[in-house]
Amino acid sequence: MASFLSRREMLKRAAAAGMTSAVPAKALAQVLPERTRDQFENLSSVESKILEAIVSRLIPTDENGPGALEAGAANYIDKGLANALSKSHTAYSSGLAALDAYAHQLTGRGFVVLEHSEQDSLLEDLEQNLAVGFDPDSATFFNLVLRHTIEGTFSDPAYGGNQDFIGWEMIGYPGIRLGVTVEQQQMDHFPQMNRVSAHDLPMFDVNISEESGNDD
Amino acid sequence: MTIRLPGTDVVTIGLGGAGGIAVLPLTESGIDVVGLEAGRWMSPSDFAPDELRNNYRGWPQSVQKANREVPVHRANEQSPEFARDSLHPMMNAVGGTTLHYYARSYRLHPWDFSVVSETARRYGGDRIPEGSTVEDWPLTYADLEPFYDRLEYELGVGGFAGNINGNIDTRGNIFEGPRTRDYPMPPLRSTKFTEMMSDAARRLGYNPFPSPAAINSQTHNNRPACQYHGFCNRGGCHLEAKNSTAVTTIPKAEATGNLKIVTQSHVTKIHVDAEGRASGVEYLRDGETYIQPAEVVLLAGYTYENTRLLLLSNSDAYPSGLSNNHGQVGRHYMTHAQRGGVLGLFPHRLNRWYGLPAQGSGIDEWADDNFDHKDYDFIGGAHFWVSQDSRPILASRMNTFGRAPRWGSQWKEFIMENADRWVGAHLQKTTLPYEDNYLDLHPTITDPLGFPVCRITAEYKDNEKKLARFTQEKMEQWFREAGAIDTFRMPLGPMGPSTHAYGGTRMGNDPDTNVVNRWGFSHEVPNLGILGASVMGTSGARNPTLTVQALAWRTAQHLVENWRNIAI
Ligand SMILES: Cc1cc2nc3c(=O)[nH]c(=O)nc-3n(C[C@H](O)[C@H](O)[C@H](O)COP(=O)(O)OP(=O)(O)OC[C@H]3O[C@@H](n4cnc5c(N)ncnc54)[C@H](O)[C@@H]3O)c2cc1C
Ligand code: SF4
Repeated sequence: MASFLSRREMLKRAAAAGMTSAVPAKALAQVLPERTRDQFENLSSVESKILEAIVSRLIPTDENGPGALEAGAANYIDKGLANALSKSHTAYSSGLAALDAYAHQLTGRGFVVLEHSEQDSLLEDLEQNLAVGFDPDSATFFNLVLRHTIEGTFSDPAYGGNQDFIGWEMIGYPGIRLGVTVEQQQMDHFPQMNRVSAHDLPMFDVNISEESGNDD
Repeated sequence: MTIRLPGTDVVTIGLGGAGGIAVLPLTESGIDVVGLEAGRWMSPSDFAPDELRNNYRGWPQSVQKANREVPVHRANEQSPEFARDSLHPMMNAVGGTTLHYYARSYRLHPWDFSVVSETARRYGGDRIPEGSTVEDWPLTYADLEPFYDRLEYELGVGGFAGNINGNIDTRGNIFEGPRTRDYPMPPLRSTKFTEMMSDAARRLGYNPFPSPAAINSQTHNNRPACQYHGFCNRGGCHLEAKNSTAVTTIPKAEATGNLKIVTQSHVTKIHVDAEGRASGVEYLRDGETYIQPAEVVLLAGYTYENTRLLLLSNSDAYPSGLSNNHGQVGRHYMTHAQRGGVLGLFPHRLNRWYGLPAQGSGIDEWADDNFDHKDYDFIGGAHFWVSQDSRPILASRMNTFGRAPRWGSQWKEFIMENADRWVGAHLQKTTLPYEDNYLDLHPTITDPLGFPVCRITAEYKDNEKKLARFTQEKMEQWFREAGAIDTFRMPLGPMGPSTHAYGGTRMGNDPDTNVVNRWGFSHEVPNLGILGASVMGTSGARNPTLTVQALAWRTAQHLVENWRNIAI
């Protein structure tokens, strides 16, 4: 899967935003590598492709920039299924299969090969609880994926989503700062995006795959 | 096998916001205390600025007790149960929920202590809503003032005083009850956004003020000042600038040598002796069952657990639950109607990414009885509050004000523009107790240990609904005055599990309608004290904890002064 922005385009953008000089080398390195497709660990190859197709429609890549696919929202979900999201594992397996079956039923083709407009109209059916074949129903599955896609796009990159800080850049969140000045809390003066994750900070012990919590 | 431990003077159940306070006056006077706490110690390195973990995953690194015994809610005895919440945001750790609370530290308004008599005096006797069981508290604001004062200094609360011995200062809350001296430190600083809101409030004739907060605005007791980093909302403080009991009263009590803290101890029952006096508690730790005998038992497990443990501790002397021979345990349940806020959308960025929920602008003009209710058909009101507190997941999950769908390119374009242009106002509303709003044990649903969870039977009544509508309208005006281009009234929603839950073991002079006496000790079990908002008879219109803590200190001090009578 091609990365949304080429390496050169990234560099150009970074330079235009005055970032090349301001960003520390470590952060810059995170901007640069070509994005390769994430290795999925808990979803099957077929499941992961359907999930990527869904997240691509929920937060699309468009003229306003990269979306949930590039942010790795599907990867976030896949990784979470092994721990904090494990209670949703069956819901994903059965929901993704149900979506594909629904696509076949309506169009004769699988979800991933459909045109964007066709995919959108099927997802609308799910959202409005009109699609059949889901357990318990299609809106429940749709809301689950939407919630996790947003989490995967806007949570700390440590969880496998929000890659290259795509989500934070999308909404203008300037990154983790442990000390915030008076100036950084004004409305006419916005802090620079610093591309720092909570888990870059050595003082914190973080076990992101802790099993006890859940978010279902 | 059950292990019977040597006895102690006092055993406390829970070392959170309330229990963590009571241990200090006790141990300082030489009383031996065993503090049983279901959770563990947490430390600064546990408190990463991580929104997902703090706000959406229920603190996976803490002991998962509150999350595994979330109360089940139904509106009334006829209605079906709501789908059960999957998490409950109270913390199980030494320090309890004060580790990750917002630390807004208010005194209750004097009116809230005397709702019945004050309402009768001002409007005549028939203004208390039908079915309400509200009573005047057995103490007044003036009785509690010395304890508020003590706590503000002991913990470290920053703020502007609005009323020192009757001298009004408009930098603070001009409606507050008189205090004897200023706060020990100034409030958290203002920001461009909070100033914008305060300016608008002034144009409307209001007197805006910053919230008092148990957060260091400057170095205090050798702990540093807040750095406004933006993860205070359900986040622990990596600097120990947030004055939880885990960094204030508990270590100070430990230093006396008279406090023994036993962590990861889950209390399952309070025992009684042949005379019906509390004799100690039973708890589970590491798969073993222990009995900790004590002269006095202090119950401080938060509102739902306080009622639940009493009901689970039945015996021959108390067949329907400890201290429940008058059928009052679980009664007079209230919340804060915390939902039912208002959202405002602005035509420019607000830059609310860094800050904290205690940094903001509030007004009290429509709270309590601060305005004349003669022409309104409700009593009480709400404290209004807007704060400098946003994070990426919260912001991107914003309400779209009917201007965009929930997903897709249009949604993306909308949040790219608006994620930092909206704010939610908190309206903490008076909630009254009613005959049919109560807590009991669920008949079938249990926690993983097999004990029934708490069941909430409660719904908002007309008074709450009317005052919600009224205050939402006023909040919308405030937002519009500040330049909002759109507003949205959040639904009040069902009266489900709450972080501001009150009642269940109400304090009052009459044992027929109250579980504890004016000092916080059970009417039926004289050596059982109860700490927490479960003893409060009115909700007030502001955050509960400083009141809970003032009451806890007062109960502990009463015990110290009356040790022989109570402990025998
Ligand atoms: C996100 C959030 C924000 C908040 N913000 C504010 C605010 O800004 N201002 C304010 O005034 N209030 C706020 N509150 C409410 C505040 O946290 C509570 O009022 C306060 O913590 C109550 O103190 P407590 O001791 O009753 O309960 P807790 O602080 O929850 O402590 C109870 C303790 O008892 C322990 N425990 C429970 N059951 C047992 C048992 N069976 N055996 C052993 N131990 C047990 C628990 O593990 C816990 O440590 C907030 C709450 C939340 C969740
Ligand atoms: S905002 Fe301040 S008090 Fe809150 S956690 Fe951050 S530094 Fe600590």
